Amino acid sequence: MSAGYLLKRLLLAIPTLFGVLVVVFVLLRVVPGDPVTMMVGLTASEEDIARLRELYGFDKPIFTQFLIYLGDVLQGDLGVSITRKQEVLGLILGRLPVTLELSLFAMAVALLGGMMLGVLAVYRPGRGGELVADGFSGLGLAIPDFLWALMFILLFGVLIPLLPISGQIDPRLGFEPASGFYLFESLLIGEFAAFQSVLSHMVLPAVALAIPLAAIIARILKSSLQEVMTQDYILLARARGFSRLRIVLREALQNALIPTVTLSGVQFTFLVGGTVLIERIFSYPGLGNMAIEAVINRDIPLIQGIVLTFAVMFIALNLIIDSTYVLLNPRVRHG
Amino acid sequence: MTVAPTLAVASLRLDLGHTPILRGVDIDVMPGEVHGLVGESGAGKTMVGKAVLGIAPAGARIRSGSMTFLREDLIAMPERRRRDLLGRQIALIPQDPMTGLNPVLRIDRQMTDPLRLHLGLDRPAAAAKALDLLHQVRIREPERVLRQYPHELSGGMRQRVLIAMAFSCRPQLIVADEPTTALDVTVQRQILRLIKELQETAGTAILFITHDLGVVSKICDRVSVIHSGRILESAGVADLFDFPQHDYTRALMRATPRYDRPGDLLQPVPADLTARLIAEAEALDA
Repeated sequence: MSAGYLLKRLLLAIPTLFGVLVVVFVLLRVVPGDPVTMMVGLTASEEDIARLRELYGFDKPIFTQFLIYLGDVLQGDLGVSITRKQEVLGLILGRLPVTLELSLFAMAVALLGGMMLGVLAVYRPGRGGELVADGFSGLGLAIPDFLWALMFILLFGVLIPLLPISGQIDPRLGFEPASGFYLFESLLIGEFAAFQSVLSHMVLPAVALAIPLAAIIARILKSSLQEVMTQDYILLARARGFSRLRIVLREALQNALIPTVTLSGVQFTFLVGGTVLIERIFSYPGLGNMAIEAVINRDIPLIQGIVLTFAVMFIALNLIIDSTYVLLNPRVRHG
Repeated sequence: MTVAPTLAVASLRLDLGHTPILRGVDIDVMPGEVHGLVGESGAGKTMVGKAVLGIAPAGARIRSGSMTFLREDLIAMPERRRRDLLGRQIALIPQDPMTGLNPVLRIDRQMTDPLRLHLGLDRPAAAAKALDLLHQVRIREPERVLRQYPHELSGGMRQRVLIAMAFSCRPQLIVADEPTTALDVTVQRQILRLIKELQETAGTAILFITHDLGVVSKICDRVSVIHSGRILESAGVADLFDFPQHDYTRALMRATPRYDRPGDLLQPVPADLTARLIAEAEALDA
C-alpha cells in the first residue's frame, strides 16, 4: 500500500472522529440524567450543586463547552473522570490493552474456527463435513454472543467447573504488567503461571465473542470457496493431478479469502463492540466494562473518552483490514 | 500387432443429471496424432475432454462405454492412479487463458508446482526447467514473466504459459479444449503453429476440441464430427474436406469462412437438419 493512500485514509479519519465527538457530546447533554446530582446525591444543597456545575463547566452553553472540550482533546487532554477523580486518558490507557487482547484473541479463535469449518464444508461437500459446518454456522448465527456467555458460565462455571468465569487473572499471583498487556507481557518475560491464568480467564469470554463471528466467516468462506472451485484454474489444477485438499488449500483458499476478509473485517468491529456486554458478564476489567459503569454513573468525560477510543480503534481496524486485502489480492497491489 | 491408440473412447454414454449429454462416442487418438473433435456449442465436445480427464462436473455419470489410455482403463482407475497420470502423462490446455491461470499465484509457482509433484524436482531444478519451458514457447524476458502474476500478462502470453505447462512433463496425451477460441486471429495463428511445433517435436497425441473447421484444417491429422453427443463422421483431414460423407459435415463447411474462396456466401446449418439430428440422437436414449 502506498504512503499516499495511507495519508489519504488518515486524513479521512479526521472528519469521522470530529463527527463522533459532536454526536456523543450533544447526546450526553440532551438525554435525561444529571452527572452532578448523580455525584452528590439528593441531599446536597443548591449552592453545592451550582458550584460543582461551574467546576466541571456544565453551566456554560453547549457550544462553548464543546469548543473547550475540543481544544482539550486536541492537546491530548480527555478531562477528569467525575466518579473516579482520575485522568480519563490514564484510565483508558490502563484498560485498552485488556480489551485489545481479548478482542484479538477472540478474532483469532473466530478466524481459525470459521476458516476450518468453511474449508471442511467445501473439502467434503454434501457429506459429513458440510453438514457439520452448516449446522454450526446456523447455530452460531442464531444465538448472540451474550447468550453463549451465559450458557458457558452455567456449563463451565457451575456444572463442570473447568475454567474461571470471572475476572482476568488470579489476583493471588500479583502479576502487574508494565505495558498493560497481560497475555503478551507474561509470555515475553516468562511468567508462565501468570500466562496460564490470563489465558484460562480469557477462553470463555473470547469463545463467546468468537462464535457468532466464526459462523459468519464459515458461511462467507464456504460460499466464496464454492464459487472459486468452479473456476477454470481449479479445473486445470484438477487436470494436473493435485489432490483435493491441496487444491482447496493452495489454489482456492487465497482467492476465496479476498471477499471473506473484507466482510469479516466489518464483522470484527461488531465483535469489539460486543466486548462491552461480554466484559460485563465475565467481570472482565476492560474498556467495555468501564464504559457500562461510566454510563450508569453519568460520568460524562469518561463516556466521551471511551467512545472516542472505540472510534479510533474502529478506524485503525478498518485500515488494517484494507491492508490485508491488498496483501491477498495481487491485482490491486499496483493501484 | 497393430499400434495401440493413445486414447481409445468407445460407445461412451454420459448423463448430466437425467439429461443425456454423450450418446455413444467413439474416438481413437493414435500416438503422435492430432485428432480434431469438431462440433457446435452444446454438441458435447467439451464433455468428452472432461470425461477423459476425469474432471466432469458433479452430477455427471458415465452410463456405459469405455475409455482407455495406453490400454489402461480410465473409468475403473483408482483416484490415486488417475492423479498420478494427470498432469504427467495426460495434460490439459484450457479454453480461456484469461481464467485458466490462478490470479493470486505467481507464474513460477504455477509452473513449478506440477514439476515438483510429478517429476520430483527440487525448487531450483523446477525453476530452471520452467525457465527453459518459457524459452521453448518463445516468451520474451522469461525471467521477468516467472515473477509476474497472470493479470500482468496479455492473453497470448498467458496461453503460451498454459501451453508450456501442458507440455512441461512431456505427456503422451494433451486435451486441448478450444485453445485458440478466446484469442484474436493473429495471435491464434501463432499459437496454433506453436502447438503443432511442440507436438511434432515431442510426438504427443492431442485431442483437439474446436468448433472451427478452419483451425482443424491447419493443425489436425484426423477429425471426428460430433453433434448431440454422437460422432457423425470420422476421417483423415484431407478426406473430410474433399469428400465429406455426412450432410452435417457438408453443412458445417458451408458455414465456415474460407480464405481461398473469399467470395462465397456463408450459410447457417439448416434448421431441419439440426432437428433431424436431434431426433435421431434422442431415439438412442430409449
